[in-house]
Amino acid sequence: MPLSHTLLSRRTLLRQLGAAGVLVTLGPAGAWATQEMVQQAVRDRIGTREPQPHGVTLRLPKIAETGNSVPLTVTVDSPMTPDDYVLRLHVFIEGNPEPVAATYHFGVRAGKAEISTRIRLARSQTVLALAEMSDGSVRSGAASILVTLGACVEEVWGD
Amino acid sequence: MIEPRVRVPSTARQGEIIEIKTLLSHPMETGHRRDVYGKLIPRQIIHTFTCTYNGTEVFKADWHPAVAANPYLAFFTVATESGRLRFEWIDDEGTVYATEAEITVA
Amino acid sequence: MPLKPRLPWRRATLVPALSLLLPPWQGQGRLIKGGPAPTPSRGTGLTALRRRRRAKVGMGGSRAGQGTLRSLWRLSACVCVALLALAIAGAGESWRYSVEERRSGYTYLSEENQRLQDDDFANPGLLWVERGHELWQQIDGTAGTSCAGCHGDAATSMRGVRTRYPHFDPQKGQLINLEQQINRCRAERMHAPSYPYESDALLALTTFVAFQSRGLPIDVRIDGPAQPFFAAGKALYEQRRGQLDLACTHCHDRYAGQRLRGDVISQGQINGFPIYRHTWQTLGSTHRMFAWCNTSVRSEPYPLGSDEYVNLELFVAWRGRGLPVETPAVRR
Repeated sequence: MPLSHTLLSRRTLLRQLGAAGVLVTLGPAGAWATQEMVQQAVRDRIGTREPQPHGVTLRLPKIAETGNSVPLTVTVDSPMTPDDYVLRLHVFIEGNPEPVAATYHFGVRAGKAEISTRIRLARSQTVLALAEMSDGSVRSGAASILVTLGACVEEVWGD
Repeated sequence: MIEPRVRVPSTARQGEIIEIKTLLSHPMETGHRRDVYGKLIPRQIIHTFTCTYNGTEVFKADWHPAVAANPYLAFFTVATESGRLRFEWIDDEGTVYATEAEITVA
Repeated sequence: MPLKPRLPWRRATLVPALSLLLPPWQGQGRLIKGGPAPTPSRGTGLTALRRRRRAKVGMGGSRAGQGTLRSLWRLSACVCVALLALAIAGAGESWRYSVEERRSGYTYLSEENQRLQDDDFANPGLLWVERGHELWQQIDGTAGTSCAGCHGDAATSMRGVRTRYPHFDPQKGQLINLEQQINRCRAERMHAPSYPYESDALLALTTFVAFQSRGLPIDVRIDGPAQPFFAAGKALYEQRRGQLDLACTHCHDRYAGQRLRGDVISQGQINGFPIYRHTWQTLGSTHRMFAWCNTSVRSEPYPLGSDEYVNLELFVAWRGRGLPVETPAVRR
């Protein structure tokens, strides 16, 4: 078999493995949350309820210059009266090693269903927020963000 | 130890919705980082934050590693009566960080 | 036949041409300062002609007209100055983070991080300022005193201190930086053990002391006995090192403002130190930053608190003279 033919087939094989290889070398094995993990995390919290995509607003920068600390504000549209209030708010970060960021427990005494915090983002992704309402319904909102320097899976140099 | 920082209005009207800001010094070690030897640095984060108003829990947060280090959290509560607000953070080692603030409600 | 250029055009180009012959501005590498303004002379050009005509005719024909016109000019000048002042005030804090060509790291931050630094509650560095305040009042050591015991209220006694460090210390015979000064006070006055470099306690006290000078311009002395140490610091700044064979000046002078992978390179000013750095997820000192930079070019860093880094600190502080103290600054 001519040498060039062997090289070509090896190259093709490498190309096919390349995509998978890059994914593996991106971080420690099993570094990222899979779609199944995200869906399981959502189901664990809201069961089989279908989220309605309104009433939840996320304020997140379009670009984060560092993934280590990204300011996030989530507001749920609700009068917060004893008849109609927010029970819990879940924040999911599907592009991180773990799919859930936090769960906030409100109640009538909260007055306003809004939180501001800072989260870590490992890479560019969509941040999803699900709000469980007192009537049993679930509302959702999402925001996308570009992360230039990711957090979570970097090495510590001991500097 | 660095004391937690909280900002609560010292006075409020009855029924007024007040914003509370909190900031705590904590590394929030995710458990996903590796040291220079390639070994995983164990997870050590605050997993629960609670705010009680004269003994009644008015707000709670369950945190995961995606909450940034030196965690900042701002939330709201209704000023119902004069008294004390207590804030507690509990981490994976079981250490409880706590601070309190007084409020006068007219 | 080519058109002869009119004299005013020729004069306008003469000034920039002259400036190219002047030596480069010290410390800024290739930056060239403009030459002095040309002295007005009795020229034959159009501008000079207009000037003489204006002086003769008085721009209105009569003395009264001259006076009215002059007050009109004065009024419009005042209005312009007032508008400019309003514009500067309205532009907010950002304008004072640049002094001539020297830019604070603040100007390279995203809006979110600028807001975080300016936030008088949520700036994480303030946690260390508060801790520093506690330590300031804490009695420690066998002498039974605290920082406050000698220095009283830090807001008064420590105001301006950060702007002058590092400085030449006659007792040591070399430079001393703020961290070392704090430890010396502890050892000599309080008879208390020194804090290890980069410990939370030393960071907290340094940040607290530096915080008292917030907004004041950096103003270090590089003359007299400090001169040889300044020169040593400058030499270190310009020396290539590490596997990547780069000197500080390559990134921070030549490529400041340009990208290094996903990040933008700043001028490397230290007016905000100790800083809350997102990469470290905690507060860090100037020496930690120098060590990080050295490691980044794959060069063996000097120990924290070493003479080399203190000398470098003086040079880099002088590089940022006039920039405001921003401690605790927030950086990426």
